Amino acid sequence: MEPTREIRNRLKELCNSQKLAVVSTQAGGQPYASLVAFVASDDLRSIFFVTARTTRKFANLKKDPRVAVLINSSTNEEADFHDAVSITATGTAEEIKDLEKDKVLTRYLAKHPYLEDFVYSPSCAVIEVTTQSYYMVQNFQKVMELHLDR
Amino acid sequence: MNWIVSAENIKKADRSRVGGKGYALALLAKGGFAVSKTLCVTSETYQEYISRTGLRERIMLELNRKAFKDMRWEEIWDCATRIRNMFLRKSIPQEISAELKEAIRTAFKDKAVVVRSSSPEEDDAASSFAGLHESYVNIRGTDAILEHISKVWASLWSDAALLYRQEIGLDVKKSAMAVVIQEIVVGDKSGVAFSKNPNDASQGVIESVYGLNQGLVDGAVEPDRWILDRREKTILSHTPAERKYWIIAGESGVRLDALPDKLTNRPPLDAVEARHVFELALAAENYFKSPQDVEWTFRKSDLVVLQSRPITTLPNQKNGDNRSWYLSLHRSFENLKLLRQKIENELIPAMISAADQLARQEVTQLSDRDLATEINRRWEINQKWTNIYWEEFIPYAHGVRLFGQIYNDAIHPEDPYEFVDLLTRSEMASLERNQMLGDLANRVRNNPSLAKALSAGQTENLDPQFLEAVDRFVEKFGDLTCAVTGGTQCQQESDSLYKILLEMAAHPPPDIDRKPSKDKDALQEKFLSSFEGEQKKKAVELLDLARSSYRLRDDDNIYLGRIEAQLLAAVREARRRIDTNHHRRSGKKNAAQLIQVVESLDHRPPFQPPYEQKPDDGFVIQARQLIGQPAGPGLAKGPARVIQQTTDLAEFKHGEILICDAVDPNMTFVVPLAAGVVERRGGMLIHGAIIAREYGLPCVTGIPDVTTLIQNGDEVTVDGYLGIVTIGSSDL
Repeated sequence: MEPTREIRNRLKELCNSQKLAVVSTQAGGQPYASLVAFVASDDLRSIFFVTARTTRKFANLKKDPRVAVLINSSTNEEADFHDAVSITATGTAEEIKDLEKDKVLTRYLAKHPYLEDFVYSPSCAVIEVTTQSYYMVQNFQKVMELHLDR
Repeated sequence: MNWIVSAENIKKADRSRVGGKGYALALLAKGGFAVSKTLCVTSETYQEYISRTGLRERIMLELNRKAFKDMRWEEIWDCATRIRNMFLRKSIPQEISAELKEAIRTAFKDKAVVVRSSSPEEDDAASSFAGLHESYVNIRGTDAILEHISKVWASLWSDAALLYRQEIGLDVKKSAMAVVIQEIVVGDKSGVAFSKNPNDASQGVIESVYGLNQGLVDGAVEPDRWILDRREKTILSHTPAERKYWIIAGESGVRLDALPDKLTNRPPLDAVEARHVFELALAAENYFKSPQDVEWTFRKSDLVVLQSRPITTLPNQKNGDNRSWYLSLHRSFENLKLLRQKIENELIPAMISAADQLARQEVTQLSDRDLATEINRRWEINQKWTNIYWEEFIPYAHGVRLFGQIYNDAIHPEDPYEFVDLLTRSEMASLERNQMLGDLANRVRNNPSLAKALSAGQTENLDPQFLEAVDRFVEKFGDLTCAVTGGTQCQQESDSLYKILLEMAAHPPPDIDRKPSKDKDALQEKFLSSFEGEQKKKAVELLDLARSSYRLRDDDNIYLGRIEAQLLAAVREARRRIDTNHHRRSGKKNAAQLIQVVESLDHRPPFQPPYEQKPDDGFVIQARQLIGQPAGPGLAKGPARVIQQTTDLAEFKHGEILICDAVDPNMTFVVPLAAGVVERRGGMLIHGAIIAREYGLPCVTGIPDVTTLIQNGDEVTVDGYLGIVTIGSSDL
């Protein structure tokens, strides 16, 4: 059994190395997946992304804040099957504002400096996903779960 | 990492790092030519800066909003403006700037310098970037020098540079920029020398002006010109200039001044000096082993080389090299001032009087033959003013752009279009028209029986005072559906005007976006206080010019629309007669003449049918989110009103989103009813954007095919912050 510290480090490494994640929302039982640029907090308790308010994902998570987030290291090569690491995080999304938003954006822009114009647009919302569990898949089919004690 | 190198340390392997200009200067210094102290900021510094600050991808996002080939020049200018502002606002990372500052301080102390572009692409014999990238003369102090390095970097992305690189097929992703910093040589006379005349291999050419040679390079000062024999080194001919101005160094930067009287009659070079300059050009040719184009200056009796580059073949229109045209897109302040006088004092009054004259002539009284002649005459008058519009009024619009650049350079604002706020609230003709329209709507709003009569179409016994006001309006601005450029679909009666008035009256009057004037005063103060002395005087003049340029951008179309309305009135009369004569044998012959004239004028753009949702092999496509330029901030949702033809305007309802190909000022009377504006034609300073800004409406411009992708009644959301338009509700 891997110690949780090791799994946490792997999760952190993956979150830091990847720029994009897939966020799944749903409306009326119909799931909907979207690609977003994200940043995770150091303690892995939060994943942040930014979306325009006119998007489907934003409308969906206003109705139902439960989301799944997929982050993975695949490179579209055959070797991905044994080599790539993939995590799915589940949690609850909420828009953040004011001071907290400014703090998050500083961190977000350090990772994605090219999105400066986008994130500061008044028509964009900064979303925090408070994570509940992580599901880490490696070696093709090995799955480990990490549940956050809240 | 060495972010900056001194000319004496530049080696052969550094060629691509220091660019063509930097490398040539290093070689000249090594070859014993008199060159002033030179440092070179390498292209790697540029690369590192754009990577660390995120500018690399921000620039690419900006340039890839739509295909480059689909962008109008105005949109490319907008891209370039936003990119330039990114460079001005993103400071150089501390670790790099510390090294640059240290080297600059050590080399130049507090001496003034010239900051020049040195493009690595310029080595390529096929391309000459001369004049496309910027250089700055007489810059003093490390902070100012660093700021000007950023400006030179940004000039890699100017509209002219973007167009030129696109044309000669250079990959924008690979472009980079080195910067040369040289101690300034304040010469008494300067010029260029071609060791070999591109038009005659046995000759050389020298051009010279008094003062600094910036005036010669950008065409502001006319040079004296000498042709020399290459073998004998003798002067074959001298063409004196009309010597009026020179460029001299001010406290910082340079300025154009009248040449002192005692110099106007004397050529800048005597025969001995001309020969001296020519020998320098020949020595450079001998050293580089190819004919050279040498920039030089005399400081007292010392002849100093400023730069030397191989003579590239002259720009040739036949080869599709339009560099000179791209450069001509930008007009100097002096040029714009002259243009303003001409437009305000001659052209506009003449245009108004031409429209008035036409309006006085009653076409219903003319015989068929005379009417046909009159239509042709009006067509020619309209054509004449349309040509003047393109040749004089359109270039004058650059006054706004010139102001924008100076404003952004001084303020580094967060929003690169903040400067527009200083130009709005001008007395634009279209706002005056909308004001009159608002007053008419008020009469309807406050008079229920009038509203009732208009709704019922009972227009026979309307209140005479109201009718009088309507007449005044129509006399001044036409009946709305008629005065639209390119439209020949006039309606006889004032039905459309009444429809619009009823719609306006049914809702509260719109709030025109009147930002508190103290905000604008503060903005103006912020701008002007960043200049001093002479520069401040120039800034005040420039602001005034920009306001006039901004206003005219709208007014000229209104005036042109009035002339066109008179042409259309004559055509309308002809149509009426053709329809009547259709049933009468006697008028057939004359009607044929009229039919011919009317048909030859009918140049309506083909009607574009909306995209039809037809399943193709079981698939149906639907536009969901379209991207354009964020031309007016705000977020609004409403049903789409797609304007396919001008008659559609009369159907406009309060709260709808105006979707159209191109808003022209003659159409903007519906804008006070609209919740947002979306336009196919792109640009931040086009009419749709200007009028939307005046009313504080969200506006997105430059969406290809927008009038076919969106259909009447579609629910659309206009995001004027990001420049996106979303179609349909958010539900799946």
